[in-house]
Amino acid sequence: MTINWFKYASPAAFYPIAGRLVPVFSIAALGLVLFSLYWGFFETPERLGGSNPQKEYYRIIFVHVPSAWMSMWLYLVLAAWSGIGLVFNTRLSFMMANAIAPTGAIFTFIALWTGAFWGRPSWGTYWDWDPRLTSELILFFMYIGFMALHSAIDDSRRADRAAALLAIVGLVMLPVIYWSINCPDPNNCAALHQRSSLTQIESNILTAMLTMTLGFWLYSFATAFARLQGIILTRELESAWVRDMVSGPTPAASGG
Amino acid sequence: MIEFFNQGGYAFFVWGAFGMTFLLLIAEILLLRQSRRTILTRVGRLARLRAQQPQPAEPASPQPEHQT
Repeated sequence: MTINWFKYASPAAFYPIAGRLVPVFSIAALGLVLFSLYWGFFETPERLGGSNPQKEYYRIIFVHVPSAWMSMWLYLVLAAWSGIGLVFNTRLSFMMANAIAPTGAIFTFIALWTGAFWGRPSWGTYWDWDPRLTSELILFFMYIGFMALHSAIDDSRRADRAAALLAIVGLVMLPVIYWSINCPDPNNCAALHQRSSLTQIESNILTAMLTMTLGFWLYSFATAFARLQGIILTRELESAWVRDMVSGPTPAASGG
Repeated sequence: MIEFFNQGGYAFFVWGAFGMTFLLLIAEILLLRQSRRTILTRVGRLARLRAQQPQPAEPASPQPEHQT
């Protein structure tokens, strides 16, 4: 059996699917986030590291790392949908990219904010023009630029293509962020973030961090699909299926 | 309890980070709800406007009968 995937590439076909997915992802995200908060605050040690340990403030890791991961992952997904949109000229792909952008920008801001609140007690400063901090800030501006460029062009098809191109160019920031950590010899180049490995982390901390990541991921699905529905309705306002959906069962009787 | 909220003296940093995180996430949800309501109202108003006008049977074909 083959499924014609392009059938779901039509906004009219995907609108009800998105509507059904939003509550599923929302509930799953809420559950995971609550579990992670419980585990992160009550099942983890109060210190992190051996000599010169980080004290309770290390718990910022439970929101900082997941949001930083999501900021990069969502940008990758945004750029991928932009690329698919440019290649196949599918409207839904561009809409998907637009639906992801605000959530990605929020997670980027959260990563910066929580990083500042973690940096003050551990590094002694809220902000430094460190490679990773600076490149993450640029990623934030990429999201803002993507949304600003899209909203600055009135013709939505042209706005889609221009913003998509910008998103793909901005992809260059992702490897910069990823590799902007200390090089093997810290005497040659120093960065605030050190090379780290998930296998070194204490298992309870890892549990809380990974469930929060999954929770944020599902949250992103929920908000992106919810926003997608709004974008579809706004853009397809004049089309027959939107009219039928609204005035179908009760023809223009009850309003809301 | 107080000990928990104190977070070993780092309450400002811990709650400042977690607070902003969930403030933004909840704000995003509320804004999405509000914009959804706005759009649905607009769609509904447009549908009512259309229903009052003589309905064109085929959206593609131009309707010549404007006045009867």
